[in-house]
Amino acid sequence: MSDTTLASAAERRKLVRAGLGRRHLTERLFRGFGILAIVLALGFVGILFTDVLRKGIPAFMQSNVHLAVTYDPELLKIDPAPEQAAGQSDADFRAARLAWERKVAMLNWNNVIEAALRKAAPEGFEIDARQILTITETDARHRVRERFAADPSLLGQTIEIDLLASANTDNWVKGNIDRNLGDAQQQLSAPARALIDIFEENGTITQGFAWSLFTNVDSRSAPASAGLLGALMGTFWMMLIVIVLAVPLGVGSAIYLEEFAPKSRITDIIEVNINNLAAVPSIVFGLLGAAVFINWFRLPLSAPLAGGLVLTLMTLPTIIIATRAALKGVSPALRQAALGMGASKTQMVFHHVLPVTFPSILTATIIGVAQAMGETAPLLLIGMNAFVAAVPATPIDQATALPVQIFLWQGNENRNFFEPRTSAAIMVLLAFMITLNAIAIFLRSRLEKRA
Amino acid sequence: MDLLANKTKPPVTKPLNAPLDPLDMLEPNIRLTARDVTVHYGAKQALHGISIDIPDRAVTAFIGPSGCGKSTFLRCINRMNDTIEGAKVGGRIELDGQDIYAPDLDVVELRARVGMVFQKPNPFPKSIYDNVAYGPRIHGLARSKADLDEIVVSSLRKAGLFEEVKDRLNEPGTGLSGGQQQRLCIARAIAVGPEVILMDEPCSALDPIATAIIEELIDELRTNYTIVIVTHSMQQAARVSQKTAFFHLGNLIEQGDTEEIFTNPVNKQTQDYIMGRIG
Amino acid sequence: MNTFIVAGLLLVLLALAYQFGWSKSRALATTNGTRVHSRSQYHGALVALWTLVPAVLFLAIWAFFSPGVTHWYTVSQLPTEVLQGLDQIGLNQQLQRIRDLASGYGVTGDVQPFEQAAGENLARFQLLSFLIMIAAAAGLGVLGLWFAQRRINPRLRARNEVERAISWALIACSAVAIFTTLGIVASLVSEAFRFFTYINPLDFFFGTVWAPKFSSTGSGDAGQYGLLPLLTGTLMISAIAMLVAVPIGLMTAIYLNQYAHRSVRKVVKPIIEILAGIPTIVYGFFALVTVGPFLRDFGASIGLSISATSALTAGLVMGVMIIPFISSLSDDILNQVPTSLRDGAYGLGATQSETIRNVLLPAALPGIVGAFLLAVSRAIGETMIVVLAAGNAPILRGNPLEPVSTITVSIVNQLTGDTDFTGPQSLVAFALGLTLFIMTLCLNIVALYIVRRFREQYE
Repeated sequence: MSDTTLASAAERRKLVRAGLGRRHLTERLFRGFGILAIVLALGFVGILFTDVLRKGIPAFMQSNVHLAVTYDPELLKIDPAPEQAAGQSDADFRAARLAWERKVAMLNWNNVIEAALRKAAPEGFEIDARQILTITETDARHRVRERFAADPSLLGQTIEIDLLASANTDNWVKGNIDRNLGDAQQQLSAPARALIDIFEENGTITQGFAWSLFTNVDSRSAPASAGLLGALMGTFWMMLIVIVLAVPLGVGSAIYLEEFAPKSRITDIIEVNINNLAAVPSIVFGLLGAAVFINWFRLPLSAPLAGGLVLTLMTLPTIIIATRAALKGVSPALRQAALGMGASKTQMVFHHVLPVTFPSILTATIIGVAQAMGETAPLLLIGMNAFVAAVPATPIDQATALPVQIFLWQGNENRNFFEPRTSAAIMVLLAFMITLNAIAIFLRSRLEKRA
Repeated sequence: MDLLANKTKPPVTKPLNAPLDPLDMLEPNIRLTARDVTVHYGAKQALHGISIDIPDRAVTAFIGPSGCGKSTFLRCINRMNDTIEGAKVGGRIELDGQDIYAPDLDVVELRARVGMVFQKPNPFPKSIYDNVAYGPRIHGLARSKADLDEIVVSSLRKAGLFEEVKDRLNEPGTGLSGGQQQRLCIARAIAVGPEVILMDEPCSALDPIATAIIEELIDELRTNYTIVIVTHSMQQAARVSQKTAFFHLGNLIEQGDTEEIFTNPVNKQTQDYIMGRIG
Repeated sequence: MNTFIVAGLLLVLLALAYQFGWSKSRALATTNGTRVHSRSQYHGALVALWTLVPAVLFLAIWAFFSPGVTHWYTVSQLPTEVLQGLDQIGLNQQLQRIRDLASGYGVTGDVQPFEQAAGENLARFQLLSFLIMIAAAAGLGVLGLWFAQRRINPRLRARNEVERAISWALIACSAVAIFTTLGIVASLVSEAFRFFTYINPLDFFFGTVWAPKFSSTGSGDAGQYGLLPLLTGTLMISAIAMLVAVPIGLMTAIYLNQYAHRSVRKVVKPIIEILAGIPTIVYGFFALVTVGPFLRDFGASIGLSISATSALTAGLVMGVMIIPFISSLSDDILNQVPTSLRDGAYGLGATQSETIRNVLLPAALPGIVGAFLLAVSRAIGETMIVVLAAGNAPILRGNPLEPVSTITVSIVNQLTGDTDFTGPQSLVAFALGLTLFIMTLCLNIVALYIVRRFREQYE
């Protein structure tokens, strides 16, 4: 037998050994790249979260101004509130009451607040009316007035009340503004800044949890009072619509395609279509919503109804694909057992196959809803970025959504105040999403254990 | 015959603490020695203290029912078990007196010396030429393109495949028939110039004709290589091997000359297996 | 209030019908002694379907038409001379007054005699029409019930009929996805077509200047709508994103799939997947307030002028967003490569990285290419990050350190808050959307096809 191997065993071994150093170096380098990639990826997660937390956490605390407000009849010249006389129609009484409330609103409540602020300030502190009023938020006069409108007997009395400090005051107290900047660059006048420092010392200005973040609606004129309530309700309505529509539609469609549809060209096309739909950019769904729901069906602009429908269509492919995968995973043995017992196909699917896939469908639904909850772009196109200062009572009222609120806040000019507040809103959004995902994971493990 | 001429004389293996095997005295030319080899997959023990000597230039067959540990032991010999997460190997295996599980031993170098052919033909998704050339390339065995060409051609020749594929060396290896793919894999293993070739049920995925061709090939290769073959076919073991070892439930039950084992097994279990009473 | 009455009525009908069908079929089974084809529940369900479907259909049609009819009736109650004296706003106020009178809430001010009369008539009309609606719905329901229960006999294949109804409902569900696609295509194409009646398609697709003019009157110069500045911005940002995401995502997948210990994988994989779940608006904000300023300062420190909002900022952050997408897809693909190939390379003495680079990756290449294409399509369609961090400067230029604009940004800019679609200013959003849709669709189809073929290859 002729041996054509060029190198002998020993020579070969020498050759192999000669290359080893270089090859192991390459190996270590490659491995190093892998670790570097993971460190980078994890680093991004870490940086993003610490950045949001670092910026957002302070915004959950807010400066309050604790004042003793006197409803001084000298300052407030107002008749007593009307009462409904016997025989007076509802409409007439409401008109009278509205007229009175209008009069109340016309009073100069700033005088009341100014008086209260001056009372809290040291004797003889020199500051003009405009400057001293910059310390409290501009909504303070509404708070004080609302108290009075609700209880007209307060006239002549003094009550203790916590008012929100203005955004600029909050910035000053928290040190979000460089204290060394000159007067020209400061939002607050020098006397106001000095008074705020005094207030902070004598306990008039305190820090408290920013409940207003959750109990107030958005506000432009009174930034410190801007809250998320309206956005949360808008998101709630949209998610309700998504769950009510997308789940039955998605699951039904998946059942049909996986279990009933004849394998034909048409089902093939539907399958390709759904896979593509899942990868269509979300903004295209926004265009669809603008053209079809808003322009064609004339659904109300900026309403959670249109937003919910758009998000439903967007979520649908996710749910269909996940449900189909779950149905595919059910063992043929179970199907055959059911059919063998004389169950019809429908009975097999609804009595046997569907219950087994329930955990997967539930998880897919929750993940789909979480995705929809964070979606912003399509909502911009159906007018949900309008400024809405009301809580939507129904899905056809004007509203905004949590991610859109984040978008609106990040664009606010008062950056020093709104950057933390936006981060806080992001924390709220992320908290929702993490909770949803945690629920999904928890339910899945629980249900799968039982099954 | 330069393989023989240049080979460093294998150091005479003094079995460590084990009693001398009768095989040793008949056959001084032992390449591989295993003593008390155990394998755990997680908490499960797959091999219980295997001790065996494998002679040079002969075919040693491992037989036994499926799940008996014969493949597991084979994979210990070139440390393929390293690639399985949770696998732990104990005991000692020596190649030419060198502990292959020694911490300073380079697995890459070991595998260059101990090649392997797998149960299912697994050509890389590359051309036939590149499949065979892959080993020499990574190990830097060829000094020039001409060298490489020669290694590829001679390897394909030795694997008995050259005539069938010489016109389509640049076509993908996955396009060949099952038997040809397996011979391609053998050629690929040979091209590195291993001293030992491990074959893990190389014919189980092949039809009888392809099997017969591979068996002839194994018989030819025997003259130049130490071959260890795992098979579940006793006929195959009887046809191609000179030594046979019978495994059962992770234990090495009996080993010896193939003829001896098949005609006159000592152990009751071996008898039962040979007679077809253990699946 | 009325809604509750109707819903209650429907529920009562439903329960009645089900009970009726159920008990009748029960009676059949017990008295007759013959074999009944379907079980009683199916008879009940079938009767309920027959009862409910006509009633609900009727109510839907009623709900669609009744506001119009009521409006028309109220208007008809107004004297002609009053009607002539009112503009649209005045008419609405007048109608509201009449409605308030009809509901008994009352109005402020003096009530005109004609208002009083109209209010009373309207109240009567509303009551009458409500009664008619209830009666008709209930009548239809009872009719359906009567028809359905008459059909009950032992041989009625009630189960088959119910199941057919279910399968039609399921088909209707599947149709939604189709109609969504059709809706997208139809709305994009028709509105884009309208846009092209204003602007020459050639000027759009090959124009190098993007300068739409906002004119409140809708007349005059509409401005220039050249796609190229937006397209280059989109592609530049996508390219930067892929440059970040591909190496990191792929190496992450490789390391986790091939090197990492199971326990490491179990912790790291979900953490990286968190990146995929973060809403894009969060990335946008992060890019705008953190990454952008950092890059600007970093650039300044090495003497490079980098804008805080630029293609680089948006691209980098978008790349981070895409990392988990690429890594999880690549991980799936690598899992599909048979272990026998890996063993083959190890058996020849290849090192782990040689095995990965020379055998695994080439084998997985088609699948990975598919994943990349999907990622590109995602980068092209991404909106919020670029809206916030790309700088919105639709100028044709090649410097990634300067602000750019993209297709998606321009869609948002052109359409936000404006939905009357009268001029090219807003219609262009649909032409842009169509371009985007076609680009991503092509990428998706090719990618999904490649991935599918790849899966079949190793199945």
